[in-house]
Order: sequence, then C-alpha cells, then structure tokens
Amino acid sequence: MSNVASILRGNIRQYGMIIALAAIVILFQITTNGVLLKPINVSNLVVQNAQILILAIGMVIVIVARHIDLSVGSVAAFVGAVGAILMTKHDVPWFLAVVLCLALGALIGAWHGFWVAYVGIPAFIVTLSSMLLFRGLTLVVLEGATVGGLPDGFKKIGNGFLPEVGPDTDLHNLTLILGVAVVALLIFFDFRKRQASKRYNFEVLPFPMFALKQIVLGIVIMEFSYLLADARGLPIVGLILFALIGMYTFIMSRTVFGRHVYAIGGNVDAATMSGVNTRRVDFLVMTNMGFLAGLAGLVTTARLTAANPKAGVNFELDAIAASFIGGAAVTGGVGTVIGAIIGGLVMGVLNNGMSLNSIGIDWQQAIKGLVLLLAVAFDVWNKKRTAGTGGAGAEAEPTPPPPDELVEEIAHLEAEPPGVR
Amino acid sequence: MAQPILEMRSITKRFPGVLALSDVNLAVERGEIHAICGENGAGKSTLMKVLSGVHPHGTYDGEIVYEGQPVAFSNIRQSESAGIVIIHQELALIPDLSIAENIFLGNETATRGVINWDAANSRAIELMARVGLRENPLTPVKNLGIGKQQLVEIAKALSKEVRLLILDEPTAALNDDDSNHLLDLLKGLKGKGITSIMISHKLNEIARISDSITILRDGRTIETLDVTAGGVDEDRIIRGMVGRSLEHRFPDHTPQIGEVLLEVDDWTVMHPDDHHRVVIDNASLTVRRGEIVGIAGLMGAGRTELARSIFGRSYGSRHSGELRLAGRDLKLKTVHEAIRAGIAYVSEDRKGLGLNLLDDVKTSITSAGLDRLRKGLTVDEREEVVVAERYRRSFGIKATSVADGVRKLSGGNQQKVVLSKWLYTEPQLLILDEPTRGIDVGAKFEIYGIVQSLAREGKGVLVISSELPELLGLCDRIYTLAEGVITHEFAKSDATQESLMRYMTAERDN
Repeated sequence: MSNVASILRGNIRQYGMIIALAAIVILFQITTNGVLLKPINVSNLVVQNAQILILAIGMVIVIVARHIDLSVGSVAAFVGAVGAILMTKHDVPWFLAVVLCLALGALIGAWHGFWVAYVGIPAFIVTLSSMLLFRGLTLVVLEGATVGGLPDGFKKIGNGFLPEVGPDTDLHNLTLILGVAVVALLIFFDFRKRQASKRYNFEVLPFPMFALKQIVLGIVIMEFSYLLADARGLPIVGLILFALIGMYTFIMSRTVFGRHVYAIGGNVDAATMSGVNTRRVDFLVMTNMGFLAGLAGLVTTARLTAANPKAGVNFELDAIAASFIGGAAVTGGVGTVIGAIIGGLVMGVLNNGMSLNSIGIDWQQAIKGLVLLLAVAFDVWNKKRTAGTGGAGAEAEPTPPPPDELVEEIAHLEAEPPGVR
Repeated sequence: MAQPILEMRSITKRFPGVLALSDVNLAVERGEIHAICGENGAGKSTLMKVLSGVHPHGTYDGEIVYEGQPVAFSNIRQSESAGIVIIHQELALIPDLSIAENIFLGNETATRGVINWDAANSRAIELMARVGLRENPLTPVKNLGIGKQQLVEIAKALSKEVRLLILDEPTAALNDDDSNHLLDLLKGLKGKGITSIMISHKLNEIARISDSITILRDGRTIETLDVTAGGVDEDRIIRGMVGRSLEHRFPDHTPQIGEVLLEVDDWTVMHPDDHHRVVIDNASLTVRRGEIVGIAGLMGAGRTELARSIFGRSYGSRHSGELRLAGRDLKLKTVHEAIRAGIAYVSEDRKGLGLNLLDDVKTSITSAGLDRLRKGLTVDEREEVVVAERYRRSFGIKATSVADGVRKLSGGNQQKVVLSKWLYTEPQLLILDEPTRGIDVGAKFEIYGIVQSLAREGKGVLVISSELPELLGLCDRIYTLAEGVITHEFAKSDATQESLMRYMTAERDN
C-alpha cells in the first residue's frame, strides 16, 4: 500500500484542506449542539458566502497568473450601486440592468487588464488605485445614501430559490434530483479519468480507496442536497455558484486558455518563448476578475435588497485568503478553483460557527487571520518536506514498459521519424 | 608524503528511493587542483554538498577528515569558518549591490553593526587585485560581464580566508578568454597554498590544469588519475566516465543537403532598450534543408541575440533586413507567428526560458504546440499522453511516466524534453542555442544523434555553441560571429579550432 501513501503525500495539501474543513464542521456541529448543520443554517451558509466564493473563483485565477486584485470589493460595490440606480432612478428593466452591470464589471476588469498587460504596471498598484477609485465613485453614484426599492425579480437573485416541481414530498424535489445528477456525473467523470490514468500507467488510487472516495463524496453531496431540500431548496445564488465552479474548473483544467494561465504563472519567460500571447492572457484574466466582481456586486445588492456605500468592504481580503488557504502559491502557477472554494468554505464555516457560538466579530477576525497563516505555513512546511525526494542526484528510475493498450498505438507512430507526424 | 588536506572516506548518501552516493572515497592533497568528473547524476554535486554541510552530518554515512581532524559540519556557515568555500554554478551575487558589498555580504567588516565602508572598499580593492579584477569596487555587479562576476565570487571566497575552494562548473558560462583567465587564476591561487576542487564537464580544461582527477560514475568512485605523472588526456577521462572509450564522439552521419531553406539578408537589430546601439550588424546567412549550420562566436558576440531576433523578434528593436523561409518572405512580429511559420528555437537557458519547472513531462512537451491538441474547446489529453509517450520512447527520456514533474529530471533529460517540445511544433528550421550545455557526455552523444536525424529528415538546423569541437564535429558549415558581424563562412573541411578562433576574435575595421 505504499502507492496509497505516496498518492496521499502528493496531494496532502488538497486532502489536508478537505480534512480541515470536515474537522471544523464537526467541531462546530458539536459546540453548537447541532445548529450548524440544521437545514436552514446550511441554506444560509450558501446564501451568505456566495459572493465571496464567486470572487474567490476569479481571484485564484488571477493569483495563478501571478497577479492580485485588491479592487474587487470596491468594484462589487460600484457595480451594485450603478445597478440599483439604473433600476430605481432610470426604470431600466432588471434583467437589462443585470446585463449592463456585468458588462460594466468586465469593462472595469479590462481597464485593469490594459494597465497590467499592455503598460506593465504591477496589478497590485493598478488595483490598489481602483480600490480607492471605485469606493469613491460608489459614494458619488449613491450620493452617500443607501438605495433600496429594487424590483422583486432582481432581489430573487440574492434571496430566491429554485421552483418546486413534481409531487408534494415535504422535500424540495428538484434539489434532490440535481443532487443525484451531480453525484452521478462526478462518479462518471472520476471513473473515466481513473481508467485513462491506468491506461497511461500513471499512479492511481487502488480500487477500494477509489470506491471509498466516491462513496464519501456521494454521501456528502446527497446529505448537502437533502439539507437544502429540507429547508427551502437550492438557492438561486447556489445554482449560479455551482455553474461557475463547473465552468471555471473546466476552463482551467481542460482548455488551451487554462493551460496558458498556468504556463505564464509558472514561468512567464518560458511561456513567451513558447509562443503564448502572455499580454492577452493577462488582459483576459484581469477582465474576467472584473466580470466576476460585477456579478458578486449584483448578488450582494440583491441579497441585501439595497445598494449600500459600505457594501463589499474587505471582500478582496476574504477572496485572497480563500485562494491561499485553498493552496494557491504567491509566486503563481499553482492553485485550483476547487481549492479556492474549499478555502472560502473554511472561512465561511468559521464565521458562521463562531457567530453561532456568540464569539464576537473581534475574535472572529483574529482567529481567521491565524488560520490563513497556519494554512500557508502548513503548505510551506509540506513543500520543504517533499523537496528532499527530488533534487540533484536523484536520477529517475529506468523507464518502465508502456501499458499494453498503448503499445500498438505508439508502435505505428514510431514507424514515422521523431519530428514528423 | 604530506598528509592530504581532505579525505572523504566511504561516503554513502541516500535520498528516498535513490542511492546517490555509494561508498565514495576522495583524497585531496594540499595545494593541488583536484578535478571531479562524471556524467550528470554521477553524484558530483551531492558529494560537494555533503562536504560543505548542505547535507548536514548525520544525513550521510562515512567520515570526513579535514586538516587531519574528523569534521561534522551541520551547515554551510560551519564549513566556511573552517575555510571550505563552495562556488556554485549559478552565481550567488546580488545584481544591484556593488562589487565591494557583494564581496563582504554576510561577512561585513563592521563595528557594532556599523560598516566602515572606507576600510571595506580598500580591502575589496586588495582582494580584487588578487583575482585580477580591475574595476571600481562601487560598480554594481549587474554591470559586469559574467566572467568578471565569477571573479567577484572568488574574491568573496578569498575574503573568507579560504583554504579549500570548490568550484562547480566554473567555466560553463564563460567564453574562452574568461575561462583561460579563471584557470590561470586557479593556478596562481595554488601557488599561494589554496587547494581547489573543480567540477567540470570541459575535459580539455581539466586535462590542462588539474593535478589529479577523481572520476565518479553512478554514485561510486571509479578511479583517481594522477595527471602530473602524464598520459592523461580527454579520451582517457572519458573512458573512465562512461566506462568505455568513445572512438567517435559524434554518431556517423552522411549529410543529404537540399535546397535553400532559410535566407537572412542584411539583418540588423538594435538593442531593445538603446535603439541606437547596433547588436546585429548586416548579417546574412543561409541554411539549406538537411544541413547543420553552426554559429561560432564568443560570449557577447550576439549569437543568442541573432537567433532570438530571427525567432519572432523576441529580442531587440528596430529590426531591418529580410527573412525568407522556403522562398517565402516572412514578416514575423511574435513568437507565435514564428512557430506557425515553422521556426523553433531551443534556448540556452533551459530553466529560465525553456521549461516551466512546475509542469510535468507531458505538459512541457506539448506547451509550444498546444494548438495541435485543440479538440473543440478542450485540450485532447488522451492524444497528449500518446504524443508525450512517443517522444519519451524515441528519445529515451528517463522518467517513470510522462506525468513526472520535469523538475526532478537530470539536465540531459530536461534537454530532451525541451527538444521534444520544439519538435512537436513540426518546425522546418530548428535553432539550437547551446544544446548540450551542462549535459553529460552520454546524453550529448544522444542529442547529436537526434540533431543529425532531424537534418536527414530535411529540416534545417542552426547550432550555436561555445564548444568549438562540438561545432566542428556536428556542422556541415560554420559562420563566425564577432561583435554582431558575421566575419567568415567556413565549409566543414576548411574549419579548425584555430581558424575559427581567428575570425571569432576579428576586430571591426572602422
């Protein structure tokens, strides 16, 4: 079973964070006498943390591309404010206002992208400027006041739930069906990936471990769906969030663009010399962050049912912390969307659990600060520990024979000379 | 006979899963230059890390006796205070600090934390004189050439009262002039009682200046040769390193040269920051299909700059002149366009420009030709593995699987990954910049074979190298480059090291 150990060691960061999240959940489940995982509280957890998790998705991509975005809180507030003004003062239909606001967010992101990618100013400076700029503009747009009276359709984005279908079962049917579908899809994809890895002779978890992983994952997702279904069903922000997680995971892991983001984060010079249009990638990464900040602003405004000059303060710090807790590297090139989501959930559950335990906001801040440091310290320690296994002199073992299934495929390719296909 | 200054007895060092050193013995006599030779991965660097305390006492088995005393260093600071200083291949200087500041970094002459700069600078001048460096001690190190930076490192070692100086590939990045100066300096230091251990792949230099040579192979001591007794030449050293005599250090190859592939006419390139400084001056050259063409030039002659300016203007400014590939005029503005046009450039800087060290073997191999793996919106990861596996097998890349990280591979295997990466873009013209730098003899031989097979397929190959024997052995035609000007063109039959060197050092007429 040394195989299991080595795989666990290789992914200790990933598994470590999941285990930490589970430990925190169990801890608060006990200290709150079961309130934490009450259906209504789980539903609230999703709704309250959605905007940070949306930002974390964009932020981890920015961080992988070796940048940072400090402006997302201010941009979210500004876009939310513009949306509220459009809907209340100018009678723009809410769905049109949403489209305009998302475009505005992307435009602000493009502004950052222009300065970062084409002028060459560090993102830290550009977005620090925007943090001040858009906080100021938010106050200007709102004239310092809170603007409410938003259309009901718009507020649903923040507070609404999926409609119910089918027979009356006391539970939200559609939510349960979605849960089953997600579990089935995840198992299907993971199984396919495992089969492919085996074909290519990569290390894989032994089957019992693999099965255990699927069962645990399935139970967790079904329990989660059940809890949501027992409350009010899947919140609309939850649906948006899960769609974004799926979409951005796909972009980052399967597309050429995602490859390019990891390439420039890992070694920008090597990426340039490999023909990657690094400026364009930087530009798009910053633009995307603006777009997601705009979306987070809309979600926040809808949830609070008003645009508020103070909305989104410190959002950027939560999103950055979520990315780093979730395993992103400060130097770029490392990080995943799922990791950032788990990091965000760690922060979210900490907030929620401590609030339920009547721990004041003062101590909450202090504890979250320490958690961030410990998570990254663990990462650094783990890297140092595993660094010894590679390094100079550690010559690789001889090439093992290729997997049988591939022999034929490779054999006919080998008939051709190396450079030509 | 005098007692050796250093004896390492039965050193065994294990990394998880790997036996890096197995029962290695090394005895270095006082006041000699002792070379350590071996292929990459033979354990040379590991042995020096054991000696200098990078691998602390207790993490290895065996005994180290230095100046007659058993020693047990647990970090570099301890070995340095004993007079053992190691100079690594990658220099550890801070570019923006001055020569004097660098020399005394970590070892400042200070009273209660306050540095006496007058004393430090005058001491620096003294040390610089000992290494033959005539510069203002206040000059920032980044303004010095790499050869002079190397001298600063040695001055820094002298400031620490070094008795045993260890140099890891000291001349790898130096041109011949700087190398010669450095080797002379080592001889001079030897006269002043400083013992040196030198790790190098440049066997001619080793044969020239060392007094004895210890050869490592696969983590074991093979033999120690006494050079002063005579009869030790490059072939003798190679025989020890690879365990067999390489009669021809280049594989057999019959060139099949076709029509003109690349034509460069009146190519002039300015410095990227200083638009009036000419870096490449009116260069014209051709490469035919199936031909291996060399560019010989000293460091700073503009070899890399020429190659990179052709490769999608990735170097320089205000490019002028004409570029034709297979008869088609090219106006390349980006690397991407160059790759699409069928040009590939394998950089001399493998870790800086060639690889993303966070990547695994397969993503490295496909990183420049990713367009070919596009399947709808996604990267075809199945095809990617097949492609990577094909290169791993045909080039014999030593990795447990194509999912291994490239960071773990040896230099030679990393270079094969970089070559695979560029071949996957299906280039017509392949520019190889120092393709065998820092690579052991066995891997070099394999890489020459790959280059020759590419030429036989009808590709054009342009090779830049500091090692003249490499150019002479590999190329069908050689251009010499001096100060950005192509000074001569040699057919293979006319070129000798001496004739090449004459044109590489040609002065400008004006």
